[in-house]
Amino acid sequence: MAKPRLGVFKFSSCDGCQLSLLDCEDELLAVAGAIDIAYFPEATRSDDVGHYDIAFIEGSVTTPHEAEMIQDIRARSTALITLGACATSGGIQALKNGADTAAFIDAVYAHPEYIDTLDTATPISDHVTVDFELRGCPISKRDLIELVAATVVGRTPQTPSHAACIECKLAGHVCVMVSQGTPCLGPVTHAGCGALCPGYARGCYGCFGPKETPNTAALAAQLANHGADNRQIARLFSTFNTNAPEFRKEAEKHE
Amino acid sequence: MNDKVIKVDMLARVEGEGAFKVVVRDGEIVGTEFRIFEPPRFFEAFLQGRDHMEAPDITARICGICPVAYQMSSVHAMEMALGITVDGPLRDLRRLLYCGEWIESHILHAAMLHAPDFLGYAGAIEMANDGHGDAVKLALEYKKAGNAIVTFVGGREIHPINVRVGGFYKVPRKTDFAPLREQLLKARDLAEKFVDWTASFTFPDKERDYTMVSLSHPDEYPMNEGRVVSSKGLDIDVTDWPAHFREEHVAHSNALQGFMVDGSSYLCGPVPRFNNAYDLLSDRAKAAAERVGLPRDNRNPYRSITVRAIEGLYAVDEALRIIDAYEEPDAPFVAYEPRAGVGMAATEAPRGLLFHRYELNDDGSIKTALIVPPTSQNQPSIEEDLQSFIGDILDQPDEDILLLCEQTIRNYDPCISCATHFLELDIDRG
Ligand code: SF4
Ligand code: SF4
Repeated sequence: MAKPRLGVFKFSSCDGCQLSLLDCEDELLAVAGAIDIAYFPEATRSDDVGHYDIAFIEGSVTTPHEAEMIQDIRARSTALITLGACATSGGIQALKNGADTAAFIDAVYAHPEYIDTLDTATPISDHVTVDFELRGCPISKRDLIELVAATVVGRTPQTPSHAACIECKLAGHVCVMVSQGTPCLGPVTHAGCGALCPGYARGCYGCFGPKETPNTAALAAQLANHGADNRQIARLFSTFNTNAPEFRKEAEKHE
Repeated sequence: MNDKVIKVDMLARVEGEGAFKVVVRDGEIVGTEFRIFEPPRFFEAFLQGRDHMEAPDITARICGICPVAYQMSSVHAMEMALGITVDGPLRDLRRLLYCGEWIESHILHAAMLHAPDFLGYAGAIEMANDGHGDAVKLALEYKKAGNAIVTFVGGREIHPINVRVGGFYKVPRKTDFAPLREQLLKARDLAEKFVDWTASFTFPDKERDYTMVSLSHPDEYPMNEGRVVSSKGLDIDVTDWPAHFREEHVAHSNALQGFMVDGSSYLCGPVPRFNNAYDLLSDRAKAAAERVGLPRDNRNPYRSITVRAIEGLYAVDEALRIIDAYEEPDAPFVAYEPRAGVGMAATEAPRGLLFHRYELNDDGSIKTALIVPPTSQNQPSIEEDLQSFIGDILDQPDEDILLLCEQTIRNYDPCISCATHFLELDIDRG
């Protein structure tokens, strides 16, 4: 059987999710043996263009060029998989959605006329069909390795879809919201990290994005009970997955 | 020969997307442009109105390769604005975390991104499959020690979750360090071998008289704190940064370019740190530099790969020193009340100085933010290197010119995500 051809593509992002791939030291050379890495500019100069069995996409669409590029990659790929919050929901840069982009450019650049950017940062699924998505800012190595292992043998990856809050209970952490009144998005956040933040005595800030059918309104009410004002609640839902519909709608209620 | 266009679609093995152009007329280079295509992500704009406590988590997302640097510069700047000082074990833990990032980032760059240039491969995996497997495996094993530090102190290796203004959310107990310490002791041997490996490469014989800028601290190799100094006599408090450095927006780049206030270029990163603070390296790091014949006033940018390896060894030593001296602090962070104020800080990201400045409102929300990343500062110097280093090989085959250009740019470990994605090389010969 021919090895599957992999392409790794970057859109607007911080490189952190594709770095997770290079950070799999123990697995890297084994993966490189099982997969034909045809295109991965961060790792190699060889740029073997053509058809990809698997395309990994990091980053969101923020420029006219990126909007064209994703169509081309989709047309050349069998399975297209988004890696991380940027690609899956728009990422932190989606904070510019709804803001005045011209004012943003003015705030950063002396010559706004040199800058070519769209008014929005949008997830890949707004542009093309996505076959599988990994959550997280960044993705978890565990999810990534499972994804690669499953893809090589052609089965569906097993990544959990419950809340970070469940992982927290399973890990036996003390609930930071109950014990310290610390605002925590664990109840509405997708699992994957193993409830990392509560393990370090801080609230979850939702970097894995919304779980399926999250009850954000109930959580917002509880946050208010613990003394959070509207501005804090809106901010809490507006970070690395600010453009995920469930989080965005909850934030808008508190603006 | 003197009139043609060479174009490579992308320079690989850098973090982010950029482009590069050399204009040749009548056999002479008349212009060089290092262009950054990385789409702008407007961090400074959306920090406005956010809480100061969010800055370390938000600015970390500027760069997945050096999130700790962003976290460190932001918390230090916030602490100045809030009028608090973090010292003792909390300060040491921050330095330990930073050592972890230096190891991760330096070894990733040196082994996986830069070494293939010296040995003539497209990438590290190709290199590993063609007789250099042991070296690549050694580097991967060594790099894991850096990841282990960042995960231990920060919670995870990319975008750590444990850093906060005032200190940490949770601090380790003295007894928790034992496995990490073991791993670092093994990594120290790997680090020594890694220095020797990088020093065995052949280096292009090229130098420039750079203005080398780094932090300077009386007792410590530059990292988290210090004055800003240059090899040409500059010596200022970090709060005087805006008076001595400026940023310019040029048409060909989505990143601002950094200059000294007189318009001249300068260099920041491992080579300036090494040259400006050699005496403060650990004995083992100095001995390694001597063993491989790396002079303390090295001006050959290609040897930066060995300087990174030396800094990696230093970071392992320093991490062990901190671990051995660690006493658990009374509290994981210094408490404070939010207030209005202005704060600035520079720390040494693996690629060089990273300056942050914030103005806070009374409630601790951010009024303005300014971030000057190292690759922005090094852009003019990259252009000048290309201008001066490739002139004498213009008669050689295009592929050789391209390779030298790429290698020259990679000397800087340019982090284009920081500066603002594909390096595209374009030699315009008219
Ligand atoms: S999801 Fe987070 S870690 Fe991944 S590329 Fe985007 S900003 Fe970086
Ligand atoms: S606890 Fe929440 S914020 Fe922290 S790493 Fe997990 S998903 Fe991200």
